[in-house]
Amino acid sequence: MDLLTLNINEVLELLESKKISAYELNKFYLDRIQRFDGQLDSFLALNENALNEARLIDDKRVKGENLPKYAGVPIALKDNIITKDLYTTCSSKILENFNPPYDSTVSSLLKENGFIVLGKVNMDEFAMGSSTETSYYKKTKNPWDLERVPGGSSGGAAVCVAAGLAPISLGSDTGGSIRQPAALCGVCGFKPTYGLVSRYGLVAFASSLDQIGPFSRDIEDSAHLLNIVGKYDPKDSTSIKTVEKDYTKGINNDIRDKKIGIPKEYFEGGIDSDVLKCVNGAIDFYKSQGAEIVEVSMPHTEYAIAVYYIIATAEASSNLARYDGVRYTFRSEAENLIDMYESTRSKGFGKEVKRRIMLGTYVLSAGYYDAYYLKAQKVRSLIKKDFMDAFEKVDVLLAPTSPHTAFKFGEKMNDPVSMYLSDIFTISLNLFGGCGVSIPCGFDNKGLPVGFQLLGNYFEEEKVINFAKIYQNNTNWHKMLPEKFKK
Amino acid sequence: MSEKLSREEVLKIAKLARLRLEEEEIEGLRTDLNNILNYIDKLSELDTSDIEPTSHALDVVNVFREDVAKKGLSEEDVFRNAPESEFSHFKVPRVIE
Repeated sequence: MDLLTLNINEVLELLESKKISAYELNKFYLDRIQRFDGQLDSFLALNENALNEARLIDDKRVKGENLPKYAGVPIALKDNIITKDLYTTCSSKILENFNPPYDSTVSSLLKENGFIVLGKVNMDEFAMGSSTETSYYKKTKNPWDLERVPGGSSGGAAVCVAAGLAPISLGSDTGGSIRQPAALCGVCGFKPTYGLVSRYGLVAFASSLDQIGPFSRDIEDSAHLLNIVGKYDPKDSTSIKTVEKDYTKGINNDIRDKKIGIPKEYFEGGIDSDVLKCVNGAIDFYKSQGAEIVEVSMPHTEYAIAVYYIIATAEASSNLARYDGVRYTFRSEAENLIDMYESTRSKGFGKEVKRRIMLGTYVLSAGYYDAYYLKAQKVRSLIKKDFMDAFEKVDVLLAPTSPHTAFKFGEKMNDPVSMYLSDIFTISLNLFGGCGVSIPCGFDNKGLPVGFQLLGNYFEEEKVINFAKIYQNNTNWHKMLPEKFKK
Repeated sequence: MSEKLSREEVLKIAKLARLRLEEEEIEGLRTDLNNILNYIDKLSELDTSDIEPTSHALDVVNVFREDVAKKGLSEEDVFRNAPESEFSHFKVPRVIE
């Protein structure tokens, strides 16, 4: 029995039939973390109670007590998701040793439903980056090539699933931070519709864009997680009251005559030829299944990154104002209050975070607001319209997730614009607010994974999941494990 | 490539953002910000005079709730991450001389 490639349904069957205990299951992953994370550096903190929680579940099961559906299933959480009594640092020095006195809504929901949090995983500092290199604590390695980045900002959440250190995880996606690392590590990464998953207890970066979402091998596992976390929450005023759905139900519906849009702007220049080959392979697959492939145009795609870096940094400069040395862990001692603010923030934040706070402060400052922030919000309307128009004609959109596969450490660190451009295919969706997933679809000539995206309209998760599942039913890319971490 | 930000402007923004820049940081940051701003200038190609701004993807409305008192965090929990606290308050350096 190879636990590593089983999906949640199969794991639940083993647990329910007592072929495996929750203790054994969690011990299996904790042992792998012990063995392999020294090379991968994906975890920042481990839940020391995990095995006790597992034992409690096993005791109850033996006694025949009622258990929540997912009792005993292990999960890892990105370190910007607040977990009670488990360190949450956002990979920043300014939150070093921050030990939250409460749970985020998503971690409460997971715990209520029996999941066991294995630990917290590494990320770019405050989710600002595309390579996980801006973490104050460690550099997470790509399991397919340890000299390369895992993508970001949810690098740790992608790596722990790709290397089999956790079966599933939650990350967050502000401009591609779930989908891009999922593509670079060869796993599934799902960004839900804005407002579907509560952000109460998600450390805020860019509030009009941030959204929590799952990583898994099998898309069906992400659907299970959406069932748990995709709930209206009065504690998040941007949370949407939708009808609760069972996202695993719409799976395996016929896609014959369904329309897949290919946005031509996503295929113009700058894409690695191997990436293009793999993505075209996915398009051919859908053709062979009887889906209709339709070319669409989304003419404002090229402006998305500029819009994003105004809106996201403006919102970040405001959200990060709270780190002033008064309430949260790190303070740099100083003579007077202003001195303390400045010294704490200068020593507590890393280079990229300071760069973005500076940019955000500038675009919001008197005299520049109209030229930058308001302009960006207007172009955001045009980008949103591109999507609305496209979804008049097609069911989902298909595009590459990233123009290239995993790059080497340091390659883009000294050139922020080139780092920002690695999110060129993912950012527009956040500005629009719809849902999307990255699915593994092959490898380049260096053996590095390639992913393609399926993008959907507001609250059309079920459609996206169905298209993704049909691909996975007929391919094995999502079951591949990096050679070093197979055994 | 135009130079949008002078050294003085970089220092002014830092002051607004309550950041203190080390001498050796200033020039690098100025270059980075200028490069990013030049890239962002792309947006001026578009005529947006008739376009309404989007502040949130989905139309959001004000959300209200009943004004009822609920149990919050314990005092111990509220202050457990504070760098310094005393007499149920966050303690900061002297503000009024």
